[in-house]
Amino acid sequence: MGEPIIQAEKLFKNYGAVAALRGVSFAVEEGEVFGLLGPNGAGKTTTVEILEGMRTPDSGLARVCGLDPERAGTQFKQKIGAVLQSTSLPDKLRVHEAIELFAQFYNRRSDTVQLLRRFQLDEKRGAFYSQLSGGQKQRLALAMALVNDPQVVFLDEPTAGLDPQVRREIYTIIEELKREKKTVLLTTHYIEEAERLCDRVAIVDYGRVIALGTPRELKDKSAGTTRIEVRLAKPMTDGALAHLEGVADCREFGGTYVLHSRRPPQTIVALVKQLESEENELQSLEMFSPSLEDVFIELTGRRLRD
Amino acid sequence: MMPNPVTNTWTLTLVRIRLAMRNRAFFFFSLVMPLAFLFFFVPVFAKGREQWIAYILGAVLTLSVMGSFWGLSVQLVTFREQGILRRFRLAPLGAGPMLASSILSNYLMILPTVFVEILVCRWIFHMRTWGNLWALLVLVTFGSAAFAAFGLIVASVTNTMQETQMINNLIWTGFLFLSGASVPLAAFPLWIQRVSFFLPATYLATGLESATTNLATFGEVAEDVTALAIGILVAFEISRQLFRWEPEAKAPTRAKLWVLAAMVPFLAFGIYENATGRRLARIQRDFMHLSGEPQQVAPPSR
Repeated sequence: MGEPIIQAEKLFKNYGAVAALRGVSFAVEEGEVFGLLGPNGAGKTTTVEILEGMRTPDSGLARVCGLDPERAGTQFKQKIGAVLQSTSLPDKLRVHEAIELFAQFYNRRSDTVQLLRRFQLDEKRGAFYSQLSGGQKQRLALAMALVNDPQVVFLDEPTAGLDPQVRREIYTIIEELKREKKTVLLTTHYIEEAERLCDRVAIVDYGRVIALGTPRELKDKSAGTTRIEVRLAKPMTDGALAHLEGVADCREFGGTYVLHSRRPPQTIVALVKQLESEENELQSLEMFSPSLEDVFIELTGRRLRD
Repeated sequence: MMPNPVTNTWTLTLVRIRLAMRNRAFFFFSLVMPLAFLFFFVPVFAKGREQWIAYILGAVLTLSVMGSFWGLSVQLVTFREQGILRRFRLAPLGAGPMLASSILSNYLMILPTVFVEILVCRWIFHMRTWGNLWALLVLVTFGSAAFAAFGLIVASVTNTMQETQMINNLIWTGFLFLSGASVPLAAFPLWIQRVSFFLPATYLATGLESATTNLATFGEVAEDVTALAIGILVAFEISRQLFRWEPEAKAPTRAKLWVLAAMVPFLAFGIYENATGRRLARIQRDFMHLSGEPQQVAPPSR
């Protein structure tokens, strides 16, 4: 294996008294789709922006394509493409003008007409930026990130705030990038996004990488438990449910009891019996196969969306 | 062609012009308002007197050119606050092309206004001469670049639009009333005339007024242009150093002192002009010419 195309080593960054990064380290190989998964405020954007050369770390090492993002200047920017957490362009700039404008800044340029077609923006090519929907704006941001056919693509929460249909469209685009063997660094707080798109995932919390591996490896760490989420008519103490048959772990999040069970059928039967004996009732019950959310809960005691 | 700072500047210039053309406020402030000034001031103050029409043209041209600093500072702060500059930061561009394109596009968009104002004076107000067109063009060129660069400094040292508007108002008021752009400098008490020599606007206003009235000598125009050219160099470099792409990157309070640093060349020019008394004499000469009095050069009182 050669030198990693993206390297973050012991990155530290403080904003005043707030420690945004507390020693983030990971490496991404060429052609890999790598995800930074974590809740809001975990330090994902700060990490990506350091790697994009937009922020200076207090200490630590950042390397992308063998270059120091902060010091390499335009030579570095020729090699990368990026979608910021929120992209803004002048309201009266037309779609085709935006993409043609940014293409002109690069030595290597993709065919802008094809890009517009690929991102389903050809019908909107003459529209002003202000006339685009949220999904169209995000597709344009993605197209702009690819105008230079970059070696490395940074996508900072590319689907945040978008409706499920647009989100799926963007997943398709990222899957295409994956097939083209582009190196992609993706930040997200959506579990399904990380599981579906990423070759490897680093789970980030409070400015630290708390777990790193392929989604399969990480899920295997959750000991193959099934997550059962129940809502009850009357509250119960956590302890009562934790002692049910097969339950490895039980936590309460805002009125929902999340149980991790090694033997789901037995757990459900035991739960029903327990509720009957305490004259309590089930309001809802949902079962989920092991996911990265479970890994996160096990590691932090919190849910990702908390 | 491979992109470089020059081609990037030109690319951004064209886009900025296109964006301005789609903005109604731009047409109002850059064309309608200066013409409204012309149509108000000429009938009220010139009353058909040839030299006064030319003089008022010079004053209105000064307002059009000085307006650069207002428009550019507001635009740059808006772009920064909206996060537009952040997106440009990801591209292989430095602050130089961003700032230079602001200045160049502003200049190219001022030129039609300048020509329309001259033509209106010639054809509608029957101004018989064209004035010194070459001097006028050179002064408009250097003046628009200098005031645009001052605007970029204001944008770089202010953190919010509110702050930008406040500083702009403060500077604009000084420039407007103390430079001769609204009231002929010769009509002010001597001490105000002397103070005005420390303001960049004075060099533009006296220069343009002398050019439209055809009273400026080559040496006088060269002096005005030199002052503005030094102003451009200093202001552009300061704004490049202070340029901020990020909305949350706040300018430290001491950065505001850089606005004063941009005025250092004019401090030197002010001292020089006050010491030689040449500009004072020039102002008196032009005013007496306008008043129809015999042209004597008043000895500078020190």
